[in-house]
Amino acid sequence: MRGPTVLKAEDDKTRQLNKHTLMAFSGESGDTVQFAEYIQANAALYSMRNDTELSPSAVANFVRGELARSLRSRSPYTVNLLLGGIDPVTEKPHLYWVDYLASLAPLPYAAHGYAQYYCLSILDKHHHPDCSLEEGLALLTLCTDELKRRLPIDYKGMLVKVVTKDGVQEIAVDNDKVVRSA
Amino acid sequence: MSGYDRALSATLQLQRLFSNPPPSPDGHVFQVEYAMEAVKRGTCAVGVKGKDIVVLGCEKRSALKLQDTRITPSKIALVDDHACLAFAGLNADARILIDKARLEAQSHRLTVEDPSSIEYITKYIAGVQQRYTQSGGVRPFGISTLVVGFDKNDSTPRLYQTEPSGIYSAWKANAIGRSSKTVREFLERNHQEDMDREQTIQLTIKSLLEVVQTGAKNIEVAIMAPGKTLEMLPDDQIESYVKSIETEKQEEAAKKKTRTGTTTAAILTRPGGGESTE
Repeated sequence: MRGPTVLKAEDDKTRQLNKHTLMAFSGESGDTVQFAEYIQANAALYSMRNDTELSPSAVANFVRGELARSLRSRSPYTVNLLLGGIDPVTEKPHLYWVDYLASLAPLPYAAHGYAQYYCLSILDKHHHPDCSLEEGLALLTLCTDELKRRLPIDYKGMLVKVVTKDGVQEIAVDNDKVVRSA
Repeated sequence: MSGYDRALSATLQLQRLFSNPPPSPDGHVFQVEYAMEAVKRGTCAVGVKGKDIVVLGCEKRSALKLQDTRITPSKIALVDDHACLAFAGLNADARILIDKARLEAQSHRLTVEDPSSIEYITKYIAGVQQRYTQSGGVRPFGISTLVVGFDKNDSTPRLYQTEPSGIYSAWKANAIGRSSKTVREFLERNHQEDMDREQTIQLTIKSLLEVVQTGAKNIEVAIMAPGKTLEMLPDDQIESYVKSIETEKQEEAAKKKTRTGTTTAAILTRPGGGESTE
């Protein structure tokens, strides 16, 4: 988005930090990519130096630290993040919600921006701890349908990526589905 | 009076300590030559290029009886996903140099969105090594390195060498460290163009066996292929390569024996017998 103009609809707003960690970001368009790639390079440097991968919780706390440092500088990054990953040792999934004020929260489901006003209530109702991939994707469709129905902003579709213990993969979604409001 | 004198001489000593290294009248920089001596005393490392592969082989110091070998650092280090490095010389110096190289590789990615070329990394490493020969208060890195890997979207293997002086050069196959001369001469005799994976690994191990007496348990081998990251050859595979090379050597020796009737021809590959540093 540049003022009222859409420059690119299917921009990939995610960066893979290592084999098992994916970071999605939103915010000031220059800041987001700059910050994400800075984190990406540091994660790569860490695994090269120490011959191990950083766990999602380690990455999340590193990201939080960097954002907190940036917040107290002359020009802070205005970036909101969602960080998802599988711990390579325990093989347990983790999701972290980080905002530009450097708050960090581990959550079972999360959203940023206006979307959260619509999605969180749906997620509150339908999410359960041992949710399968299919159920998760169905839940995501419930959320996007609601966004199409209620969000007064023109909806340009979704990019869906899944992090499993085998790595990160993109999942095809039908973005052309029309949802009528009541 | 004496107090003033002492202060003056201390200042002069400090000045000497932190001034640029003194060149000798015939143009040698002694510090660099001492560093090259440290390289010659280090364990041997070999790099060999094949058609679309490049292999690094290293002589490992044998571990002491009570040493935990799981955390004995390797002489082969990953600089970036597509570039790797083996060194000969002072291990402690190598740690610092490798870290600088890793940082630069990552910083290069961050600034230009592309992985650095192997030549760029080599040039950077050599540049750091050169800087430490010319500024005061530091000593040169006592290591030579072999940098290998593949550039982005390119399947030509790369192999470069750097020296303590800051010189860098490209090679088809090369050796550094203890008895590197013997190994290099062996490589000169046996290197062929366009070798496949098997041949390249074989030549690497064979050339190392020229100077490593203890065989498979003191060798480590790393393989780089285009678009892939570093692959360390498992110990049992190295063992089987070593075995096949040894039986091959014995068969050859036996053939020679039947042909000439002498037993001395068996030691053909190791001229002079006694190993001395070059």
